[in-house]
Amino acid sequence: MSKQKQVLELDHVVVRFSGDSGDGMQLTGTLFSDASALFGNSVCTFPDYPSEIRAPQGTVSGVSGFQVSIGTKKVNTPGDYCDVLIAMNPAALRANAKWVKAGGMIIVDADTFNEKGLQRAGFKTDNPIEELKLEDYKVIFADITNLTKESLKDSGLDMKSIVRCKNMFALGMVYYIFDRPLNYTEHYYEVKFKKKPEVIEANKKVLKDGYNYAGNIQAIANTYTIPSSTTIPKGTYRNVNGNTATAWGFIAASEKSGLPLFCGSYPITPATEVLIELAKRKDLGVKTLQAEDEIAGICTSIGAAYAGNFAVTSTSGPGLSLKSEAMGLAVMTELPLVIVNVQRGGPSTGLPTKTEQSDLFQALYGRNGECPMVVIAASTPSNCFDFAFTAGKIAMEHMTPVVLLTDGYIANGTEPWKIPSMKDFPAINPPIVPEGTEGYMPYARDEKRLARSWAFPGKKGLEHRVGGLEKDFIKGSVSHDPINHQKMTDIRAAKVERVKEFIPEQDVFGDKEGDLLVIGWGGTYGHLLTAVQKIREEGKSVSLCHFNYINPLPKNVKEIFGHYKKILVCELNMGQFANYLRMNFQEFNYNQFNKVQGLPFTVVELVDKFNKVLEGK
Amino acid sequence: MAENYKYTPQDFKSDQEVKWCPGCGDHAILSAVQRALPEVSNALNYDIERYVFVSGIGCSSRFPYYMKTFGFHGIHGRASAIATGVKVANPKLSVWQITGDGDALAIGGNHFIHAIRRNIDINILLFNNEIYGLTKGQYSPTSKLGAITKTSPFGTVEHPFRPGELVIGAQGKFFARSIDVDVKLTTEIMVEAAKHDGTSVIEILQNCVIYNDKTHSAITDKENREDRTIVIRHGEKMVFGKNRDKGLILSGISLKVVTIGEGGFSMDDILTHDAFAPNPGVHMMLANMEYPEYPVALGVIRNVKDSTYDDNVRDQVLDVMKTAKIKSVDDLLHSGETWEVK
Ligand SMILES: Cc1ncc(C[n+]2csc(CCOP(=O)(O)OP(=O)(O)O)c2C)c(N)n1
Ligand code: SF4
Ligand SMILES: [Mg+2]
Repeated sequence: MSKQKQVLELDHVVVRFSGDSGDGMQLTGTLFSDASALFGNSVCTFPDYPSEIRAPQGTVSGVSGFQVSIGTKKVNTPGDYCDVLIAMNPAALRANAKWVKAGGMIIVDADTFNEKGLQRAGFKTDNPIEELKLEDYKVIFADITNLTKESLKDSGLDMKSIVRCKNMFALGMVYYIFDRPLNYTEHYYEVKFKKKPEVIEANKKVLKDGYNYAGNIQAIANTYTIPSSTTIPKGTYRNVNGNTATAWGFIAASEKSGLPLFCGSYPITPATEVLIELAKRKDLGVKTLQAEDEIAGICTSIGAAYAGNFAVTSTSGPGLSLKSEAMGLAVMTELPLVIVNVQRGGPSTGLPTKTEQSDLFQALYGRNGECPMVVIAASTPSNCFDFAFTAGKIAMEHMTPVVLLTDGYIANGTEPWKIPSMKDFPAINPPIVPEGTEGYMPYARDEKRLARSWAFPGKKGLEHRVGGLEKDFIKGSVSHDPINHQKMTDIRAAKVERVKEFIPEQDVFGDKEGDLLVIGWGGTYGHLLTAVQKIREEGKSVSLCHFNYINPLPKNVKEIFGHYKKILVCELNMGQFANYLRMNFQEFNYNQFNKVQGLPFTVVELVDKFNKVLEGK
Repeated sequence: MAENYKYTPQDFKSDQEVKWCPGCGDHAILSAVQRALPEVSNALNYDIERYVFVSGIGCSSRFPYYMKTFGFHGIHGRASAIATGVKVANPKLSVWQITGDGDALAIGGNHFIHAIRRNIDINILLFNNEIYGLTKGQYSPTSKLGAITKTSPFGTVEHPFRPGELVIGAQGKFFARSIDVDVKLTTEIMVEAAKHDGTSVIEILQNCVIYNDKTHSAITDKENREDRTIVIRHGEKMVFGKNRDKGLILSGISLKVVTIGEGGFSMDDILTHDAFAPNPGVHMMLANMEYPEYPVALGVIRNVKDSTYDDNVRDQVLDVMKTAKIKSVDDLLHSGETWEVK
C-alpha cells in the first residue's frame, strides 16, 4: 500500500491523542505507547484529563488528552510539544492546537466538524483552521466516524457500539504513519473481550481499515519509523505507572519484613489508584480498609501499626491536611507508618487532576508541635516502587512515620520498567520485641538508630501503653516533667536526623563543578534531566542535582553546592524547596524557577531559564 | 499464663496513680472493668496479653493507663478508628474502646457510627456524663436541652443525641446501658459484650462530680433507682419497681407502663425481653425510654448476631489466596503484559 511513499527515520516523536472524555483517548494512547514499548522504543506518557467524569459533550472542558513520547534513545519526558495531534472533535482541536509543533501534523475527525460541533467548541466561524491560525500545519480531515460506520456495517454491532470503535480507526491511522506492528493491540482485544468474539473482530477490522486508509490517502505523504533501541538493558519489561508502582513497593516492603500490609485510606484524586491496586492484592494477604474519611484512614493504619502490621495510608493534598493531627500521634507514639501523598494542584480542592509540588512544606512542617518526620520523594513512575519500598524500610527499622511524596504527573504517567527481582532488595529488620521479654521498656532505644522497639499486642509479657501525651524517656509512662519533654523532643529530632547515616549520598548528573547547578526534587526529574542534557549538548557547564531524600538531606549536599558558581532551584510551587535549602545552607545564593499551572515544566522553558541564569539575567 | 491460671482484678491494675477527681463515676467503672475481665478470661479462655484498651481524649480516655493490659491513648474522637485498625491487624485481640460522650458523639461521631455499621468486633464503653469533663465543663452532644454549662450560660438550645437511638440507627447489633454506681450490673454486661461478636456499645451513665454533678441522679439515686429504672435481661419479663409490681406492655405501637394486678393487667400481659430479635423496633423503644414517662432501661437491650467486619476481611483474604496465581511479589511484577529485551 505504501509503495510510493517514503519511509523516514526519526529518533524521537511525540503524539498526542485528544477527544471527548467519552472517546476513549486514554486507552488509545496507552495502546500506542504499549505497542511502541513492545517494539523496543523508550516511551514516556502523560495523561491529561478533566476532573469532570463526563463534562458536557463536545465542549473544551470535557477534552481528555494523552501524550506519548517515543524514542530510540531513552526518553525522560512526554515531550513539550507534539509532532502529531489526533483531535476527535472540534473541542479537542481547540484545546490542543497550541501543543502542536509549528508545522506539525493534525488529524481530525472531519465528521464532527459540523455546525453544532464547532459551536459547542466555541468556534465563531465555520473555519477552525483559520480561527486557530493553523494554515501552516498539515491538517488532515479524515471522515473517521463515517469510515468506522462503513467498516463495521456488517459487524452485527449496534450503531452505538460501532461509533465507539472510532478511536481504533484513528489508532490504525497512527500505526500506519509510525510503522507500528498491529499484533500487540490485536492481542489486547483478544484478552480484553475474551467473551465477546464479535467485539474482537470489530476492533481488529477497524484498526486495520484505519491503517489501510492512512496508506491510501494522498495527504499522508511519508511514513516514519523510530528504530528500536539497541542500548536498552536486557531483561523482562513491563509498563508501570507511579501509583501502581507505589502500591507494589509497599507490598514488596511487607514481603521483605515478613509483616502483613495494612492500608487505611479514603479515595481522592490522583491517589485513589494506590488504594485500588492494594485492594486487588488479597492474594498476597493485603488488607485494605476504605475508611469513612482520611482521619480514619490514618488512624486505622496507626492502630494496625501498633498491632504489628506494616501500615500505610494513601492520599492527596486535602487528605494530608486532614491527617495532620494523627501524623503527630504517629510521631509521638513512634510507630512505623508510611503516608503517601500524591500531590495535586492546591490549595483547597485546587486542581484535582493536575500536578504540582506544593505540599512540601505541609509534609515537612504541617503539624502542631515539634514534629519532625522523614520525607522522601519519588521522581519517576517506576522508581515509586523503590521509594515506596525504602519508605517502608525506613519506617519499620527506624520506628518513625515517613511521608512519601509523589505527584499527579508521575502517579499517572507510565514508562517501561525493567522488572526487578526481589532477591536484589535488602531485608527489612524491624526492632520487634520477642514474646516473653522481661522488663520491656517501650521507649528504650537502640544506639545506632535511636529507634524504640516494637512490641505487638497479643505477645506475652509485653503489655504497655502508648499514646499522644508526652512519655517518660525510658518507661513510657505519661510525663509532664519539663526536662523530660526537652529530652524527648531532642531525641525525636535526632532519630529522624540519624536516618542520614542510612541513606545514599546525593549524586550529580554532569560535572562535579561548573557554572550552574540545577536543583530539583521529586517528579520533575525527567524534564530537568532532559533540559540539562540538552543545554550540555550546547557545550554549557550545567549539572543536575535531583533530590529524593528531603528530610533528612543526604550528608554531602553542602559539599556539592560549593562547587558551582550558580544554583537554580526548579520546582512546581512557589519556592518551597528553595526556601528549605536556604534555611539549611544559608551560605549559598539560590536562584529560583517556579511554576504553578497544573502542568509539568517544558524542556524549552527550562533551557531558556538556564541560559538566562548563566547570562546573569 | 498457665492454662488454669485464674485471673483476679488485681492482675489488671497498673502501677499508675489514678488521677480522676475523688467521687468521679469513672472510678467505679474502672473497678467494674477490672472485675469483669477475669470473668471474661475464664469464660473465653483469654490471657491478659490479648486485651487492648484504646481511647480518645477526655477524662474517661485516661482509662488505658490504669489497666495493666496493652493500651493506646489516642487523639480526640479517633478511638473507634484506631481500635478498628488494631482489630483488623490482629483479629485475635480483644479490643476495648473507652470513650466519652464528646469523644464518641461529637468529634468522633463519624468514626463511631461507621465502626458500628461495619460491625467490627470491638467493645465500646461510652462514658456518658453529659458534659466535657477534661476541658472543664462545656455542654456535650448528650447534654439535656436547656442545660446550663460554661458555654451555654443561658441554657443549650440544641437537642441531645440519645446514644442508643444512634447506635441502633447505625445498624448496631449490641447495645446495653448501665450506671456507674452499679458495678455488678456493669460487670455482667461487660461479660455479655465480650462474648458478642461484632461492635458492642455499652453506654454507662456516669457522674461528673465537678462539672455536671447529679445529672443522672434522678434515676441513679439508690432510693428511687428501682422505680425509675428497669433492668432487662433476655428471656425475662420486663418488670421493675421496689415491689416488682410494674411492667411494660405493648400498647398499640408504643410501650406502656402498667401495674401488675391493676386495670386488668396480669404478669401474662407483660413483655418478655427478646434481645436477640433482629427487628430493632422494640429495642429502639426500650433504648429511648426516658424518665419520668418511663423507667430508664438498663442491661443488654439489643444483642443480635451478624457477620463481623474483621471476620469478613480475614475470610475474603483466605478465600482469594486459595485460588490465587500470584503468590509473591515476583509473581506480581511479572503478571499481566510483559516483554523481553534480548
Ligand atoms: C482535636 C481536639 N480538639 C479539642 C480537644 C479538647 N478536648 C479534650 S477532651 C474534650 C472533651 C471531652 O469530653 P468527653 O469526651 O465527654 O470526655 P470526658 O472528659 O467527659 O470524660 C475536648 C473538647 C482536643 N484534645 N483535641
Ligand atoms: S472532671 Fe468530672 S469526669 Fe473528669 S475526672 Fe473530674 S469528676 Fe470525673
Ligand atoms: Mg463527657
